Amino acid sequence: MTLAVARVSMPAEARRGDVVAIKALIRHPMETGYRLDAMGRRIPRHIVQAFHVTYAGEEVFRMELTQGVSANPFFAFSTVATVTGDLDFTWEDDRGEVTTVTRRLTVIE
Amino acid sequence: MTLNRRQVVTHGLGAALLVRTTKLSATPELRDATIAELTGGAPVRDGRVHLTIPAVAENGLAVYTTVAVESPMTAADHVRAIHLIAEANPIARLVTFRLGPRAGEAKVSTNIRLAASQNVTALAELSNGTYWRDVKPVIVTLAACIDGG
Repeated sequence: MTLAVARVSMPAEARRGDVVAIKALIRHPMETGYRLDAMGRRIPRHIVQAFHVTYAGEEVFRMELTQGVSANPFFAFSTVATVTGDLDFTWEDDRGEVTTVTRRLTVIE
Repeated sequence: MTLNRRQVVTHGLGAALLVRTTKLSATPELRDATIAELTGGAPVRDGRVHLTIPAVAENGLAVYTTVAVESPMTAADHVRAIHLIAEANPIARLVTFRLGPRAGEAKVSTNIRLAASQNVTALAELSNGTYWRDVKPVIVTLAACIDGG
């Protein structure tokens, strides 16, 4: 079973040179490691530590996260449309779980 | 599930200790130390950075935050990184965005957790090695970390 369900919202097409707005969301508890359960035991930390985006194989955006980011982390950012190619969105959590979403951007002249 | 008296006592005590620890571990000094670590001691100037965050956040568990930096985002002149830093959270450094000229514009958003009313700092690192910031006070009605997720 995986906790991670990720979604990316971005246009499928853009003109070369356009700034493409991207929104990314993943379902994740982002457990801080500070909370206690009903027995007073500390609930272990479980967070997404890193998020990165490659565009046609080249890294264009990266994030480093801490427990200061809310549960079900949401990010909005942008990239310039250069060539028709795949954008790979990758989330990595501190238990080694990796989630990847791929979206194709078609560049129209 | 139901809690017996002992559980209520231990949980309550634990929660009280947690609140105490949280308050002790987060200070403006820790924020300044975190900024100094990120900048390597370089001066930080006010301006160019625009931090958009609610003045009153009803839910500290998810505070929608946007940072925009005035930058042409060219190969010669761009924003390399944007950091969000808290002064009253258990960890001062909330999140780091690393971007470059291929971002097209230096504007990012996310949801952050705030454990108490405090000043939030957005720190931008530019390609010319300069650092800029914007600081906004946020009043938090329901704090993160104390209970709930």
